[in-house]
Amino acid sequence: MKYLLKHTLIATSVAATMGLATAAHAETEMVVVSWGGAYTASQQKAYHEPYMAANSDVKIINDDSAGEAVAKLRAMNEAGNVTWALVDMVASDAILLCEEGLLEEIDHDTALAAAPDGTLASEDFGDMIVSPCYIPQIVYSTTFGYRTDLVKEAPTSINDIFDLEKIPGKRSLEKKPINNLEWALIADGVSPDEVYDILETEEGVDRALAKLDTIKDSVIWWDKGAQTPQLLADGEVVIGSTYNGRLFSVIEEEKQPIAMMWDWQVFDLDGWVIPKGAPHREEVAKYLTFATDTQRLADQAKYISYGPARASSAPLVGKHADLGIEMSPHMPTAPDNAKNTLLYNYEFWADNRDDLTERFNSWLAQ
Amino acid sequence: MATNAAVINEQLVTADGVPLRTSLARAQRRNRLRALSLVLPLFLFIAITFFWPIVDMLFRSVENQLVGEVMHRSAPLLQDWDESSGELPDETVFAALAEDFKEARETKTSGKVGRRLNYEKPGFSGLFRKTARKAPKLEAPFKDAFIKADKKWGKVEMWQVFKRESTPYTISYYLAAMDMGYGDTGEIARNAENKRIYMKLFWRTVWISLLITALCLLLAYPISYLLSVLPVAKSNLLIILVLLPFWTSLLVRTTAWIALLQQEGVINDIVVWLGFVADDNRLQMIHNRTGTIIAMVHILLPFMVLPLYSVMKTIPPSYMRAAKSLGATPFTAFVRVYIPNTIAGVGAGAILVFILAIGYYITPALVGGQSGTLISNFIAFHMSSSLNWGLAAALGSILLAVVLALYFIYDKIVGFDNMKLG
Repeated sequence: MKYLLKHTLIATSVAATMGLATAAHAETEMVVVSWGGAYTASQQKAYHEPYMAANSDVKIINDDSAGEAVAKLRAMNEAGNVTWALVDMVASDAILLCEEGLLEEIDHDTALAAAPDGTLASEDFGDMIVSPCYIPQIVYSTTFGYRTDLVKEAPTSINDIFDLEKIPGKRSLEKKPINNLEWALIADGVSPDEVYDILETEEGVDRALAKLDTIKDSVIWWDKGAQTPQLLADGEVVIGSTYNGRLFSVIEEEKQPIAMMWDWQVFDLDGWVIPKGAPHREEVAKYLTFATDTQRLADQAKYISYGPARASSAPLVGKHADLGIEMSPHMPTAPDNAKNTLLYNYEFWADNRDDLTERFNSWLAQ
Repeated sequence: MATNAAVINEQLVTADGVPLRTSLARAQRRNRLRALSLVLPLFLFIAITFFWPIVDMLFRSVENQLVGEVMHRSAPLLQDWDESSGELPDETVFAALAEDFKEARETKTSGKVGRRLNYEKPGFSGLFRKTARKAPKLEAPFKDAFIKADKKWGKVEMWQVFKRESTPYTISYYLAAMDMGYGDTGEIARNAENKRIYMKLFWRTVWISLLITALCLLLAYPISYLLSVLPVAKSNLLIILVLLPFWTSLLVRTTAWIALLQQEGVINDIVVWLGFVADDNRLQMIHNRTGTIIAMVHILLPFMVLPLYSVMKTIPPSYMRAAKSLGATPFTAFVRVYIPNTIAGVGAGAILVFILAIGYYITPALVGGQSGTLISNFIAFHMSSSLNWGLAAALGSILLAVVLALYFIYDKIVGFDNMKLG
């Protein structure tokens, strides 16, 4: 009896170990970090699900901590234990971490698929490749939404943000110098080409802050992208800035009486980076080639109103998966929306972010 | 007498001939070791998760090895350069710098140094990025080559910063945290008025925390009294009302306050409906200091109620009756008998609420607007967004010092022996 028991135990444990070993072999768990919410959902549907369907040995695990990714990646790197395979981040953060040597450099032409007509990836993405470590996915913009029922006259230009007579009431702006200083200068009559030259000078910053001073008492400052849609829906503000995808969902999905004001929207990018020392490099490389090809980037626009970063994806953008509305007019890059646009100036803000943030915060605290 | 005792001790031995005192000491040592080994896991846990991070933070606030390590050829040479001469360093420094840049380009460390120096002076980040890109093409004469690569290398003030921050330890993070910096001639001076921010925030954090503590005490004292005198069945029910919000997620409670206090919110709707304020003149109760104070008082209230309640529960009702029977008015009895008996709970609650309030950051970030943000919001900002961990560490260390200072003042006034946490 004892003998039998012993053998059964050994046999089961051997079987269990083998079972575990085969399971571990069959499945590579890839931790992909992104922003959570509707954005991760769009990636899940457009990239992760089709990829996992075609590659049953890979399991993609979503981690929603992109908001703290910069700090966490640096901490992981210092501890020498990077657990994230792939991270989604905005371009300015990718530039910063790439400079710090925390990200893998990528050869875009060999690592990524060419466009269907054979155009090389580096050309298809073009100027969007703002750092050698970066694979752009989408173009998003920071722009304005306003309450159609609470304004007497619809705002049409960035000047209206600073015009308390035309648009009385509260407005929400991001609690950051970025974008606000540019908008203030443009509204103050500075030619958009000269905005950054002027911001480089002390007087230029003073001028921008003086312009912001005129509406300071009517501003609610936001930290998180979800705040402006909420403030608009509650009627706390009549107009406010946020990411265009958030406004799309509050307008088209939640049917709130809100409309877009695209004047001088600021384009920015969101995309993938591979942390240095990340696990599963080979699988990640395979996944990236798939997830950033022309069709996949166009597919993502079915779920969220952000423009694909590849030029070749634009003509393929179709209808929203659930609402069935045509998505191309909702893209920040659509010709009607993109009459006046500004591209986030990465060089300028990499140099001046620390200093101007200090100026801006001190101004806020006064 | 002493000699007598010694004689007696020598005579007392255990069965195996060991003097009793030695044997006893041995047995006690064994017990003490056993007791220690029980405490050891907790001790190690606290050392690793509490003391070590604090030591690490204190170290980070002065640590500055990066520049000297990466620029290991040019930085030592630079120490001989006279920064007040108004002249650029000589060719040997530039030649060493070229070597450093070539190596840093290979190891991808130049960007880090650029970022580090950019904290001190804007422009370094771009300068290092540009120079590293051009590094392989730099050739003698190096001075001209560098200035051609970027004219900022021809500016003495850039070199002054470079030299200053190439030492292994720095006080510049502390200076920045106290709104100070180096002037053009290298002297330490306060920043221009429009760049001062942290000192203002430290004071604001301290006084808002004190105000919140006072308000919590004011609100919690009668509640705790009521809880302590009610029959158990009723007081348990009320205790649940205190604990329920305590167990609810912080974010949920904060968001609930937004819904209540905002201009189109419940409270404003009611006062407008009652006609106290005009519809176009609704009260601004959130996204400012008022919002921070209201939300934080609510969130921290249980930390005051619970210690107060536990102390009041132990005060026998006969004390007050005795005071009254000796001729005290209810007020005198309350002030001279009841309050002194609750001091232990007041002290514990006050210190709990104050220390929690001084480090709060989610609530002020969401409801604080521009006038209600606290210093911890900036520590979080430098930790997670600007990645200036040195400055975050310096701000954190100063906050720690402020808390410790207040702690000792508290000890002098109230005394820790008089504190009862529950």
